[in-house]
Amino acid sequence: MSNRILEVRGLSRIYGHGCPLCVESTGPENDTNICPHCSSVVAVHGVSFDLFRGEILGIIGESGSGKSSTVKMLYFDDAPTEGEAIFFDNGERHELFQRNAAQQRSLRNKRFGMVYQNPHLGLNFQVSAGGNIAERMLMSDVAHYGEIRRRAQELLLRTEVLPERMDQNPKTFSGGMQQRVQIAKALVTRPPLLFLDEVTTGLDLSVQAAILDLILEIQQELDTAMIVVTHDLGVIRLLAGRTLVMKYGRVIEAGLTDQILEDPQHAYTQRLVASNL
Amino acid sequence: MNIHYEFPLEEVGYSFGFLDEYAKKEVRRTILKAICIPGYQTPYASREMPMGRGFGTGGLQLTLALIGPDDTLKVIDQGSDDSVNAVNLRQFVQLTCPGVGVTEKLEEATLIQSRHRIPEVALTEAQVLVLQVPYPDPLVVVESSEARRKIMHAEADYSRLLVKLYEDIVHFDEITISHRYPTRINRHYVIDPSPIPRWDVPKLDQSPALILLGAGREKKIYAVPPYSVAEPLVFDDVPFRVEDFRDEHGQRRACARCGAINSFLDEYSDDNNAKIYQCSDSAYCDGQLAQHQQREVKG
Repeated sequence: MSNRILEVRGLSRIYGHGCPLCVESTGPENDTNICPHCSSVVAVHGVSFDLFRGEILGIIGESGSGKSSTVKMLYFDDAPTEGEAIFFDNGERHELFQRNAAQQRSLRNKRFGMVYQNPHLGLNFQVSAGGNIAERMLMSDVAHYGEIRRRAQELLLRTEVLPERMDQNPKTFSGGMQQRVQIAKALVTRPPLLFLDEVTTGLDLSVQAAILDLILEIQQELDTAMIVVTHDLGVIRLLAGRTLVMKYGRVIEAGLTDQILEDPQHAYTQRLVASNL
Repeated sequence: MNIHYEFPLEEVGYSFGFLDEYAKKEVRRTILKAICIPGYQTPYASREMPMGRGFGTGGLQLTLALIGPDDTLKVIDQGSDDSVNAVNLRQFVQLTCPGVGVTEKLEEATLIQSRHRIPEVALTEAQVLVLQVPYPDPLVVVESSEARRKIMHAEADYSRLLVKLYEDIVHFDEITISHRYPTRINRHYVIDPSPIPRWDVPKLDQSPALILLGAGREKKIYAVPPYSVAEPLVFDDVPFRVEDFRDEHGQRRACARCGAINSFLDEYSDDNNAKIYQCSDSAYCDGQLAQHQQREVKG
């Protein structure tokens, strides 16, 4: 039996009304993702990949390459223009974009986790750090106050947030600590699939290293599959087993991370690697 | 709708009371829908009434849509039959609905309109309780978008309300909501049970009487049909608690007027600025007092 957890085929997203020439007029070979005929933005086109249990897949590319848009569609923050994604969970097969809104929200709340670059998107700053974790648990029908407290404390400890700060509002936390609370919140339901969107961007190097170590430890401990979106080759090198390189909404190169970093085939990837290493 | 239609003279009795027939029909249809989906906030075209929004226009429209010449009405405002709001509403119904009886005795009433309280004595199947509601949606404190609130209600997703309760316990060691306690009806919709105190929330559960809640300004009607399950929103390990009215020595306070120790009490200051407590439900207090006096006379 395959241990595949996610199958994505032909995922596309066009912002704007689109026209028949959008796809052929955009892409890396045209050096743009804006259609010259109708001004629509082809944010993502024809993205396909598989993700396996416990695997970390990296998506790398410059700003506007479509990597965050890909993840947002899979997390139901945005709807695709076309394409399909199948999530395999406990022997069940969920066609993500065929599910109704309620089923999508249920999957998102219980089976997926997301850590955003901007903690304001992932955390509720009206409630305490513990309250943020409690919210995810309550969404998953856990309504035992003692159990919620115990689990929140356990996770904050695991993510190296001081337990005495559990009842404080996360807006009083540093950026790194807010990211760690986001990670704790995302993990509280033990999701089999976790999305990490530029989690270390904007943090200083020592905090970055601590968060990356933490992600790696959690992945090994819980066997969680992850999609890591970043423009930092160092993050990809440390975390991802396989990597997709995106440019102007298209996947221009895919393969094992070591192979991509050591022997890039596409000219853009070669430039990217050369500029970083 | 034919706006020039007039009822034939022999049928004029059918168009009874203040509301025109079309208004009554619409409100009654909304009531039926609200009963069919317990706890669901059913929208309706709330009419302009000859009083400001916030003075019980939602409750009054329900009352006027239901009342008939053979009904007996009791109007209560925060437990009292004599307060300004209760007196005005009662007079308005008397003025516009000829032949309707009014009473202060709960057992005589067929229709009870109330603001902020459910009577102390249990209601019967023959009675209908109409509650005036200022804010019908309990989710408004956690979600400002009505569209999103509707989705949350449809999916029975009250996790954010529970987070509010969680935060209360974290910061104050108990849930601090004193009134408008979110209550789940028939295990789905959570309602804002008008601003009744926590004391009254258990009375919603398995109530033999139909309870209708009307919000005039917010244009919503919802219902707790007879014998519905009404459960306050709580955590599994933190039970719901009503006001206990204990003094500093742990003794249950008694009503200064009738001596009752099992009613909801209002706090007053006497001439010496000392706190005294008295039954909030004035009719109940009168009844208790009358019983004491009868016993004294017999004794």
